[in-house]
Amino acid sequence: MAFLKFPYRAKNELEKGGRNQLPAMADENEPTQDCPNCHKSIPLSKLWAQDSVCACGYHFRMKARHRIGLLADEGTFCEAFSEIVSSDPLGFPDYRRKLSTVQSASGEREAVVCGRAKIGGHACYLFAMDPYFMMGSMGAAVGEKITRTFEAATAERLPVVGCALSGGARMQEGLISLMQMAKTCGALRRHSDAGLLYIALLSDPTTGGVTASFAMGGDIILAEPGATIGFAGTRVIEQTTHKALPKTFQKSEFLLEHGFVDAIVARSEQKAVIGKLLALHEEEDHEQIGV
Amino acid sequence: MSKSAYEIVQQARSNKRRTGLDFVEHLFPDFMELHGDRRYADDPAIVGGGATLRGMPVTVIAMEKGHTSRERARRTFGAPHPEGYRKALRLMQQAPKFHRPIVCLVDTSGAYCGVGAEERGQGQAIAENLMEMMTLDTPILSILIGEGGSGGALALAVADRVWMLQSAVYSVISPEGCASILWKDAKLAQRAAECLKLTAQDALQNGIIEEIISEDEGTENELYARLEEKIASTLAQLKQEPDRLNKRYARFRAIGQKAE
Repeated sequence: MAFLKFPYRAKNELEKGGRNQLPAMADENEPTQDCPNCHKSIPLSKLWAQDSVCACGYHFRMKARHRIGLLADEGTFCEAFSEIVSSDPLGFPDYRRKLSTVQSASGEREAVVCGRAKIGGHACYLFAMDPYFMMGSMGAAVGEKITRTFEAATAERLPVVGCALSGGARMQEGLISLMQMAKTCGALRRHSDAGLLYIALLSDPTTGGVTASFAMGGDIILAEPGATIGFAGTRVIEQTTHKALPKTFQKSEFLLEHGFVDAIVARSEQKAVIGKLLALHEEEDHEQIGV
Repeated sequence: MSKSAYEIVQQARSNKRRTGLDFVEHLFPDFMELHGDRRYADDPAIVGGGATLRGMPVTVIAMEKGHTSRERARRTFGAPHPEGYRKALRLMQQAPKFHRPIVCLVDTSGAYCGVGAEERGQGQAIAENLMEMMTLDTPILSILIGEGGSGGALALAVADRVWMLQSAVYSVISPEGCASILWKDAKLAQRAAECLKLTAQDALQNGIIEEIISEDEGTENELYARLEEKIASTLAQLKQEPDRLNKRYARFRAIGQKAE
């Protein structure tokens, strides 16, 4: 049973033999992924071709580099600060081993990928967090990379497009990861005070210390359809209040209704919408200002 | 024999402990409470207002857990709603206007977890405090007097100086929360408390705070007197400090700064 209403709903496929039938083109040997919303299984190749969006409108999680490929103009992304990786400042049990496992499994060195790019022809700094790297959790390295991104953008007078996706602060780094909230907020505030634009794009999930810092600090905050966005986890709230929560709680649509995001933008529209917003906020020609 | 980390956590949580208002009463006898966030409500988990400290006008923001069970329930056990953070921000934003330094007393297990708090933007309220406190052009001193629970505590601790009471704790997550997420067993909280490095001594070693306020020496009143003296001299010194905002930014900028 689909519980989320997306702008794009599945067509009535009853005439084609019912909704649970696999599409005819599916190769039996091809790996598939089940959609948690409409429960159809989708061949992976088809899912990738649709930028990890099911025909019912459900947005699957997406790797940071895949997302950058979707947003940045072809061949314009130039990665920065990739030399910064996590250490184990507290000597937390099992953390080093976990880091190396995740690094080899995800192919990323850290939970965020940052760099310079063009979107719709507009130069900007772009960062994207990776759901397959400890659910995008923010430790010292993530905080440092995002801070440097804002500082570089401030120095070069460029806007920042930040794709937030995170379970929150990385607890294995204790207070050092908590302090990254203040650090990133400080850097983005300085970027803002310099008169520059920051567009935050929130995807599933954006929670905890990331929601309570740079994710909610955007001049413009966009959200993907159906993403979970909130501060406290649903389970914690249910335990505290002893009440079951509606399935729409903390979804993008809930945040839009309560006034905390500017717009919900489907993945297929994101590049165009962000490009348009960048054009709207393009700095006037410096020479003109000088006159 | 020194206490284990988890014993310190329990001590910090104890409902017999001095609360925010106890400190306010002793340090700022002429404190005048000012209510409301001017948007939605007044959150009793955060108390704010004006006072003088040795003749110097100051803005005081304190988290308050309450002593009696009725009082504790009314103050949601010191877990602030977004309205609390917005009230604190409103009062703190007035401080530079009237040339008053700010003293924050932090004591919370964390920001309140609830439907209303989420509906009204708990995350956004904390984020706004972090951004604004970084640029408020007046001295800010934050003292962790009991529990420093995650983002809910940090939202009043973006300051020029951060101190901790000897028996206070400051942590990214509760030891129980950490144990249940990492090891699927909240009973391992003792071990988690050790691993999280959440005591004042740990925070000092990791460069998170500047000073530990000892609670061993002297009587209760002597502690307050010592603290009053220390706050007054630190605020006076911070008032004269050139380039204060850049230093505040650099203070946080330096934490976790490394490239391997």
